[in-house]
Amino acid sequence: MTRLIRAAAMVTGICTIAVFFMMLILGWPLFSHGHLLALLVGGWNPGSGQFGILPMIAGSTAIAGGALLVGTPLSLGVAFVTAVFARGRIRRVLLSCVRLMSGVPTVVYGFVALIYLVPFIRSQFHSGSGFSILTSSLVLGLLISPTMIVLFVSALDGVDPRARRAAAALGATPAQRLLYLQLSEALPGLLSGVVMGLGRAMGDTFISLMLAGNSINMPGGVLESARTLTAHIALVMAVDFHSLEFQSIYLCGFVLYLFTFMLVLILRAVNHRFQRGRVQ
Amino acid sequence: MKKIVFCFAFIAALGCCNAVFASSALDAFKGQEGVVKVAGGTAHIPVIKEAAKRIARFNPKVIVTVAGGGSGVGIRQVGEGLVDIGDAGRSATEEEISRYNLVQVKWAVDGVGVVVSPENSVKSLSTEQLQQIFAGTISNWKELGGEDHAIDLYDRDSASGTRAVFVKKALKKGAVNGGANVVVSNGAMKTAIAGDPYGIGYVSVGHIDSTVTPVALDGVVPTIPSVQDGSYPVARGLYSLTRGEPAGLSALLLNYLLSPEGQKIVEEKGFIGVK
Repeated sequence: MTRLIRAAAMVTGICTIAVFFMMLILGWPLFSHGHLLALLVGGWNPGSGQFGILPMIAGSTAIAGGALLVGTPLSLGVAFVTAVFARGRIRRVLLSCVRLMSGVPTVVYGFVALIYLVPFIRSQFHSGSGFSILTSSLVLGLLISPTMIVLFVSALDGVDPRARRAAAALGATPAQRLLYLQLSEALPGLLSGVVMGLGRAMGDTFISLMLAGNSINMPGGVLESARTLTAHIALVMAVDFHSLEFQSIYLCGFVLYLFTFMLVLILRAVNHRFQRGRVQ
Repeated sequence: MKKIVFCFAFIAALGCCNAVFASSALDAFKGQEGVVKVAGGTAHIPVIKEAAKRIARFNPKVIVTVAGGGSGVGIRQVGEGLVDIGDAGRSATEEEISRYNLVQVKWAVDGVGVVVSPENSVKSLSTEQLQQIFAGTISNWKELGGEDHAIDLYDRDSASGTRAVFVKKALKKGAVNGGANVVVSNGAMKTAIAGDPYGIGYVSVGHIDSTVTPVALDGVVPTIPSVQDGSYPVARGLYSLTRGEPAGLSALLLNYLLSPEGQKIVEEKGFIGVK
């Protein structure tokens, strides 16, 4: 049994590393030609031979950042209520709603937003077509919330019950216990929830493909159309396999990979620091 | 990738009444057995689907599977041997043909028309105006006699066969503004334009229905008759490609599409036959 589990872990690890090397090998023509910098910081215009992915990097960052701005306060609120204020049945109902939300396929969110949110944004702001960074950030924020809520709740619940009882015995109300005890104790867990949410927002393809508009211009405002790295991969996939245009996909994959890698590193560093702080 | 697979097997029910459906065009499939995999251009799907249905009804042992993906995908997949027939809404480039040793058959003609929302009062444009709209130099409907509101441009991804013919023949290779929204299929374009009163985009003429309004280009409205008689110039062939000369069931399917019955299906689905 142990051997089986170990083998499964090994396969997962090897796959992750293999994907990295596959992208490196397949994208090698790009890297070796020396125009890597032009591809990373240039604009996208296949008609005139420009295959830069900077607008997509900006699009991904803006939409994922926006999703985090929407999703974090929302998730924190739900997590506070679930973990601290609600008891018994209300808590169970809230938690099962959150689980249900995480089970709704992405395309359903995208489709509902396409029918209702896109025309609403268009009519509210009189600028742009409604396919925008704002639209996809709003929906994406909702989409990443269940992941964040579950992690937040488990972090808040994980605070030592003895400390919580002690605080209660000292006369602290639930709100005071949350503010002065649970928040600071659960901070690493809360932060890792945010980082996970960001990772999910960055990796999502369908919401941005359906709602962000996919324009190839550098986004200049939240009401403008933008294209994410993931949507770009989906859009360019159909072009001629041997073209430079297609090979830029590997660079997109590479950038996404590095981004996730960096997030994991940040997560590790945060947890490490907090643990050291606690020992002292 | 959206994958639509059709396997019609009315074996028991229809086994005894083959004679009803027997027509000269389908006779070639008699006694045949096997699967033909088709993938590629999304414009082709309704026609291939109908042909697959009729063939399966005549001989349930012949199964035709149809997948989308777009013209680029069709050419690549047939070239790499993943499917038997690749569909493309543009002629394959010489490079693609020589790289994979492809043979292409044109079995229908399709127009690409500019469409706006039915709420839009602008119903006619000149080629020059269209070029300026898509280049971004005309950016308000007011300049075209419409409402004072910015124009929302909708474009297709660069692997689209519909886009290829639109840029070549309607925009005369003019530039498309980078700020344009990009949608992934003829269907998505129609949905986007139907929902956006200030949008402008383009779809295959076979896709135009009451949810969108076709815009006359230099005085000619894109309709099936105007594409057919050549007065509407933005048209393209629908192609099917095989690696090497078509053989076996692939050859039979392509022959069927070119037969009078196949060409009738083409016309029923909103395209123009080639024979």
